[in-house]
Amino acid sequence: MEENNESPFMKYLRKDRLPNIFCAGCGNGIVLNTFFNGMEMAEVDFDSIAMASGIGCSSRIPGYVKCDSLHTTHGRPISFATGLKLGNPDLNVVVFTGDGDAAAIGGNHLIHGARRNIDMTVICINNSIYGMTGGQISPTSPQGSYGSTAPYGVFERPFDLAELVTAAGATYVARWTTAHALQLTNAIKKGLNNKGFSFIEVISQCPTYFGRKNKLRTPIDMMRWMKDSGVNKLKADQMSAEELEGKIVVGEFANEPQPEFSNELYNLIEEKYGQKSQAAKSAYRED
Amino acid sequence: MVLKVMTANKAIAEAVRLARPQVIPVYPITPQTSISEYLAQFVADGDIDSEYIMVESEHTSMSAAIGASGAGVRVFTATSSQGLALMHEVLFAAAGLRTPIVMANANRALAAPLSIWNDHQDSISQRDTGWIQIYVEDGQEALDSVLRSYKISEDKDVLLPSMVCLDGFILTHTVEPVDIPSQEDVDSFLPKYVPEHLYLDPERPMSIGTLADPNYYMEARYHLELAMERSMDVIKKVNKEFSEIFGREYGSVEEYYCDDAEIILITMGSLCSTIRDVVDDLRKDGEKVGMLKIRTYRPFPKEDIHKAIKNAHKVAVLDKNITFGVGGALYTDLKSSISDVDIYGFIVGLGGRDITPTHLKDIVNKTKNPTQDITWIGLKEGV
Repeated sequence: MEENNESPFMKYLRKDRLPNIFCAGCGNGIVLNTFFNGMEMAEVDFDSIAMASGIGCSSRIPGYVKCDSLHTTHGRPISFATGLKLGNPDLNVVVFTGDGDAAAIGGNHLIHGARRNIDMTVICINNSIYGMTGGQISPTSPQGSYGSTAPYGVFERPFDLAELVTAAGATYVARWTTAHALQLTNAIKKGLNNKGFSFIEVISQCPTYFGRKNKLRTPIDMMRWMKDSGVNKLKADQMSAEELEGKIVVGEFANEPQPEFSNELYNLIEEKYGQKSQAAKSAYRED
Repeated sequence: MVLKVMTANKAIAEAVRLARPQVIPVYPITPQTSISEYLAQFVADGDIDSEYIMVESEHTSMSAAIGASGAGVRVFTATSSQGLALMHEVLFAAAGLRTPIVMANANRALAAPLSIWNDHQDSISQRDTGWIQIYVEDGQEALDSVLRSYKISEDKDVLLPSMVCLDGFILTHTVEPVDIPSQEDVDSFLPKYVPEHLYLDPERPMSIGTLADPNYYMEARYHLELAMERSMDVIKKVNKEFSEIFGREYGSVEEYYCDDAEIILITMGSLCSTIRDVVDDLRKDGEKVGMLKIRTYRPFPKEDIHKAIKNAHKVAVLDKNITFGVGGALYTDLKSSISDVDIYGFIVGLGGRDITPTHLKDIVNKTKNPTQDITWIGLKEGV
């Protein structure tokens, strides 16, 4: 009986690493579930996937997935992933990151990855707070929200990550929340299929820190808030700033193919030297 | 004196509150984070009149600290491990620009493999940046060392930044009774910081940190060396003044039964407490064992060390760090500065590996009957 209740995605997980370290009600499980679903819908071979992550709760995800992965330094997974992709362009490179990792300490790498349009899918789980270190405000903490380093509320302006990465040149950008599992699945599918830099921002709940400090006591309260405040980008584009106050704009922000970095680089090598680069996949060459 | 029970991180935050820095840029990292959180609360509640900035990385927190110090105000920041490593580039700038910043570092191992547990590799790896480094044994020493550090760093004969190193989790998250001095006493010991030379003033414009061509660079480095040497005497002076006001004595080293010891164990930080117990045990059995605690690692107090160990037959140096191929950093420093005592190196406690009294007794035995210069203690067999 137990076998029948098992998630169909269990085959992708390192069972010996379970249970995971995530708090009850954390959004990371929903994101991982939608990732596997999106990966199957995109018909991406699981064996071709290599993951990179930095530091933080979201960055712990690749450790539970039965694929090759790099658990790297804080903020740098996109840099490591860039090397990974150029070393073996056949890989489907996926980065799991969070708002602290991607938008604060690693913000530079995020915009430069997007600018280069290097082929990888970056899934940024944005819970508006530093969860791993215990609830400090992050660059996406909404104004007026509370954190352990903002006992009387944040006065800084937050980043709009989807807009930021779109402006930086990413060729597929979407934002959904953990309360929009189907749409999120679809976005992950499109992101994986996009030959270029794909950025999927997932607004997620951290009941332990963000919820507790901001009177959203349960994961259900938080998901209801995300569901109720979600406004599709198509509709939001017609709304005023006042009307969008407190809303989460969800949907597709970019979906426009552009020349991809590793392709361009290898084409240039072939054009100038008359043969395909031998650097790529050298580790696998018999000789 | 009223003792309050608190972690060493809280003790550090209390010291910072009393030292009244005007700018505090911080970035969270385990196990330092609670220092930043206590300070955020102090600032928010008006217990300290400081500008508190939660920045986007440790590279930024140190850069902002240098900027603030360059504007002529007292500054504090805190970090740990990977954060300290990320600061590396700007740590040189802080020392080279002679900014008297004080920083707490919660000692934690460096990745890879990723570890959040204690060893000294993080701060030891920054030993050549030109920072004064003080290693503490308990919460009280952590608090007192922050206050002493400001006084030392801001002395016009020194003007170097200071790092107060406290063992991650072992001290940062362990509660102990700590005496919090009164604001009046701290103010008399540590008056408001008044910069004299290198600071930005609209009335007297200057550029800080400009290019030094080969005609100038070497002298700048030499003056750093001289300042580090002068800091030895300043530390002694500051310690004397500290004990007069607060009644607690500090030296660059601390001896424990060194006078008649045949074997002396030398180390830094919280491990000293375990060694004290082991020395007491062995002394009961009639063994002449002693301990020398190195409190100030930079400047390196080689004369104080030599004085303490010169009569010992053999010395064991316990390092929670490794300089590959040559042993621990403290061991190599001692080997290069002391030639008339037999010194043996032991690598212990990396990445939070427990160091038990049994290990320490084993080290004493191995020092008595040495078979090699450097020994790793507590390794698992067959791994």
